[in-house]
Amino acid sequence: MSRLYDFHGGIHPPENKQQSSATPIRQLPLPPLLHIALGQSVGNAALPCVQPGQRVLKGQCIAEADGRLSSAVHAPTSGNIIAIGEHAFAHPSGLPAATITLQPDGLEQWQPRQNLPHWRDASGSELRDFLQQMGIVGLGGAVFPTHLKLAARELQTLVVNGAECEPYISCDDRLMQERAADIVAGIGIAAHALRAGEVLIGIEDNKPQAIAAMQAACHGTPFRVVAIPTKYPSGSAKQLIRVLTGKEIPHGVRATELGVQCLNVGTLYAIARAVLHGEPLLSRIVTLTGAVADAANVEALIGTPLDWLLAQAGHTTAAEVIMGGPMMGFTVPDLAAGLSKAGNCLIVKSPAEFPPRPAAMPCIRCGECATACPMELQPMDLFWFAKARNFGKAQEWHLFDCIECGACSYVCPSQIPLVDYYRFAKSEIWAAERDKKAADLARRRHDFRQFRIEREKSEKAERLAARAAEQAAKLAASQAATTTVSSAQDDPKKAIIAAAMARAAEQQESKPLPDSHTQALDDAKQAAIKAAMERAAARKAAAQQSSDDSSNAAANPAGSTGIDNAKQAAIQAAMERAAARKAAAQQSSDDSGNNAAANPVSATGIDDTKQAAIQAAMERAAARKAAAQQSNDASGNNAAANPVSATGIDDAKQAAIKAAMERAAARKAAAQQDQQDPT
Amino acid sequence: MTLHATHIAKPATVSAVMLKVLAAMLPGIALSVHFNGIGVLVQLLLASVTALLAEAAMLRLRGVPVTPFLKDLSAIVTAWLLALAMPPLGAWWLIVVATLFAIVVAKQLYGGLGNNPFNPAMVGFAVAIISFPAQMAAWGSPLAPLDAAAQLQWIFSHTLPAGSALDAVSSATPLDLLKTGLLQGGRDVSQLLAGDRFGQLGNAGGEWIALGWLAGGLWLWQQKLIPWQTPLATLAGVVAMSGALWLAAPAHYASPLFHLFNGATLLAAMFIVTDPVSGSTTPRGRLIFGGLVGVLTVLIRVFGGFPDAVAFAVLIMNIAVPFIDQYTQPTVFGHKGGRRA
Repeated sequence: MSRLYDFHGGIHPPENKQQSSATPIRQLPLPPLLHIALGQSVGNAALPCVQPGQRVLKGQCIAEADGRLSSAVHAPTSGNIIAIGEHAFAHPSGLPAATITLQPDGLEQWQPRQNLPHWRDASGSELRDFLQQMGIVGLGGAVFPTHLKLAARELQTLVVNGAECEPYISCDDRLMQERAADIVAGIGIAAHALRAGEVLIGIEDNKPQAIAAMQAACHGTPFRVVAIPTKYPSGSAKQLIRVLTGKEIPHGVRATELGVQCLNVGTLYAIARAVLHGEPLLSRIVTLTGAVADAANVEALIGTPLDWLLAQAGHTTAAEVIMGGPMMGFTVPDLAAGLSKAGNCLIVKSPAEFPPRPAAMPCIRCGECATACPMELQPMDLFWFAKARNFGKAQEWHLFDCIECGACSYVCPSQIPLVDYYRFAKSEIWAAERDKKAADLARRRHDFRQFRIEREKSEKAERLAARAAEQAAKLAASQAATTTVSSAQDDPKKAIIAAAMARAAEQQESKPLPDSHTQALDDAKQAAIKAAMERAAARKAAAQQSSDDSSNAAANPAGSTGIDNAKQAAIQAAMERAAARKAAAQQSSDDSGNNAAANPVSATGIDDTKQAAIQAAMERAAARKAAAQQSNDASGNNAAANPVSATGIDDAKQAAIKAAMERAAARKAAAQQDQQDPT
Repeated sequence: MTLHATHIAKPATVSAVMLKVLAAMLPGIALSVHFNGIGVLVQLLLASVTALLAEAAMLRLRGVPVTPFLKDLSAIVTAWLLALAMPPLGAWWLIVVATLFAIVVAKQLYGGLGNNPFNPAMVGFAVAIISFPAQMAAWGSPLAPLDAAAQLQWIFSHTLPAGSALDAVSSATPLDLLKTGLLQGGRDVSQLLAGDRFGQLGNAGGEWIALGWLAGGLWLWQQKLIPWQTPLATLAGVVAMSGALWLAAPAHYASPLFHLFNGATLLAAMFIVTDPVSGSTTPRGRLIFGGLVGVLTVLIRVFGGFPDAVAFAVLIMNIAVPFIDQYTQPTVFGHKGGRRA
C-alpha cells in the first residue's frame, strides 16, 4: 500500500447514504417529455443543429459544441423535437436556459453507433474530438468538458475519484458496485491517452462493496484501488490528489502542471461507453433520496423533468429539493427543469432531516471554521472582509482559494452561512473586474475616436485645398463659356435673360441663404434629415467597428443612403446649410462664453439630427483651420477611404456644396467669435 | 441573497459553547467556595444579575433583539470570570460597578457579542483595581475564613459581627505578602515563602483552586472548545519569565511555581486568554499572544505597582491582536514552499 496523506480540517457530517445505496440502479420508463438544456457543460452552450418538428434518432447530435470549451448534446431517445427555446433550468439563479424539448416516440430507435475501436492507435486530438462530439463531461458535478482534461502528456499519476464524500449521494457507489468493468475500461482509455505512469483509484472506506468490486475489476491491471479515510471533502479533486499523492494543487494552477489529473468514475464509465460502444452521453445515474418513499439510484435520461423523476421515487409533496449534496448543492428553483449532466443527486428536504437553520449570531471568532477548512484559510477573517465589502483584503486573504465546500458553514456555532458570503464576495469581485474591463474598453474607444477625428480633419483639409483650386479653375472656365455663348447668341433678349440668370445664380451662390430657403427644404427636408441620421448612424457604426477591429479606414458614410447622387447632393447641401445655421443660432444664443468653446455635440437636449449636423459643421470648421496649418504638409496618411468622393457626386456639384458649406461655417465661426469677445 | 449552502449544519450554538465554558468553571468555583466561603457565590450572583440587566438594557437601547442575545450566555460568562477574579469579600457595589463597566462599556458600546476588542471581564477588573485598590484587597484568609453570615454582612453592609478581626477580611494575599516583604527588606524570598499563607505550592488554598481551573481548561480542550496553543503559551510565558528571574537572583524573585499558582494565572490561562473574540485566532498568533500575556503578567507583578497583573497583561495584548493576526496568517493549501504567493 502506498502512503496516504492527510489534509487539514474536514468534517464528518452524518452520511445518510444507506437510504439509497442498498438497492441496485433502477431503469426508468421513458418520460413524456425531455427538456435538454444546451448548456450541459462548463463553457459555451452547444449550438442546436435540429429544427422544431424534426424527428431525431436516439444518440443523434442535436446541438454541436461551440468552440473548445463546449460539448455536444444528443437526443437521449428517438422522437420529435417539439420546441427550441427558453425553459426552466436547474441552476441557483433560477434563470431559464436555452433548451431543446424532445417528445419521445417510444421506439428507442438508435442512429448507427460509431465507436472508436482503434483508440489505442488514435492520436490525442482524434480521441479528444471524439469525446467532445460524444458530449462527455465531468459527471462528478462540475461538468467540465472531459476532452480538455485529456490533453496532458506524460502524466505521473491519474487519480480516479470514487470518493463520493458528500452525504446522501450514492450514485458513484452503485456505479462502482455494478459497472466496475466499464469504469476500469474507461480508466484504461484515459490512462493510455494521458500516458499515465500510475493510476490510483481513491474510494472512501465507507464504501467497502464498491472497493471490493473495483479491486476485482482491476485485477490484472496496474491500477490500484486505495481506500481512503472517510472525511468530507476528500472527494474534492484538490483534496483527493493531496490524500493520494501528497501534492497540493494551488489555486490557478492546473493539476497537470504537477503531473496529476483527476477524473470521476462516472466520467470514466461514460468514456468507456462512448469509445467502446459508440454511445454518446445520454443518461446518468442519479440518487433520489431524502423525503421520498423509495430512495434509490436510477439511470435517468438527460433532460428528464425533475418532478417526473422524483415521482418515480414516490415523491409527491411540494417540498424543496436540493440538487447535488447537502453541503454544496442548491435548492432547485423550478422542478420543471430537465435533468442536466451535472445532476448527480436530488434530495427532497423534510423538516425533520433539514430543520431550518437558526438565526445567525455574530461571529465570535472561535476559529472552528479555520479548524475545519480543508484549504487552510481563515474563514472568519474572510467573512469579516466580505461583510465589510473589503474585497481587496478578502483577495489578499486568498478568497479565491476557497473551494466552497461548506465545511466552515457546517461547523459554525453562530450558524452563519459563511459560504454564501464568499460566493457574494467572489461575484462582486468578478463584477468589478468586468466593469473595469468595460471602462478600459470605453477609454480605448474614446482615445481611438479622438485619433480618428484628428485624422479625418487632416484628410478633409487636404481635400478642401484640392477642391478650392479645382473650383477656381471651373468657375473661370464657366465664365469664359458664358461669355462665349452670350456673344454667340443673336437674340439680345435671350442674352439678357441668360445674363440675369447667371447673375441670379451668382448672387445665390455668393450671398447667405435667406430664411425663406425653407421652400427648398420642403420636399427634401424629411429625406435630408433621414439621410443625415443615417449618415450619423453609419459614422457611429464605423467608429465602433474600427475601434473594435483596430482597423482604420473610416467607412463610407453616404454610401448606405441609397438616394441617387444628384438628389443626395442637393439634399446634403440644403441640410448642411440649415444645420449650420441652426448650430450658429444655438451657439450665439448660448449665455456662457465658456460654453461656446466647448464641444456643442456634448450639449444635452439636442436631437440626433441636430447633433449630426452640428458635428458636421464643426468638423468642416476644424478642417478649414487645419487646412491652413497643413496645406503644406506632405501628409502620407490619406490611405483611408475618402467619404465624399465615394458618394459619386460629380465635381461641379460638389464644388457648389463645398462653397455653401464654407459660407455656413464662416458664419458660424463669426458667431462664435462674437460670443467669445465679451469674455 | 438566496441562501445556497450548506443545507445541513452541526447543531452547535453560541449558547452551547458558552454553557460548556460555564460548566468548565464549576470545579474551580466549588474549590473556591470551599476555601473562600460563600462570598464567592454572592459575587457570582451579583455579577450575573448585573450583567443580565445591563446587557438587556443595552440591547434594548441599541435596538437589537434582546432574547436571543441574552440566551447566548456570553454576558454570564463575562460576569463569572469577573466575579472569580474579584476578591470574594469585595463590597456589593464594587462587583456591580465592575460588571456594569464590563458589559456596558467594554462589550456593548463596542458593538456587543463578537465585536469587543478587549476582554470585558478584564476591563471591569482593571477599572475596579485602579479606582478602588483598598476595596480590592478584601480577599479574606483561607486559613481562617469568616463564617457565611459574617461574609454576607461584610459584603452588604461593610460591617463585621463583634469579635471578628478586620484582618479576616483584608488579609494580604501571597502576592501582596511577597511584594511588601521584599520592599521592607531584610528577608529573602525563601524566608518569606516559609510562612503558612504560602502553602505547598506558594498559595495555601489558592493552589487547589488553581488546579480546579486547570481541570476545567483541560476539559474544554478535550471538548475542542479551546485550542492548546494559548493556555500552554501563557503558562510557558509565566514559567519562562519568572524562571529567568528566579535563576538570575533566587533571593529576590519567586520561583515559577509560585507565579503559576498565585493570582489569576491559571484562571486566565484557561478561561481568559482563550476568549476567542479578543484573542488571536491564528495558530502561531495564539502562541505569541499567550506567551506574551504570560511574560507581561510576571513582569508587571514583579516590577509594577499592582499585586496582580493578569488583567493588564491581557488588555495590553488585546491591543496587539490585529497586528499579531496580520503577520501570523497560516500558509494556505497549495501555497507552501513559497511556490506561489
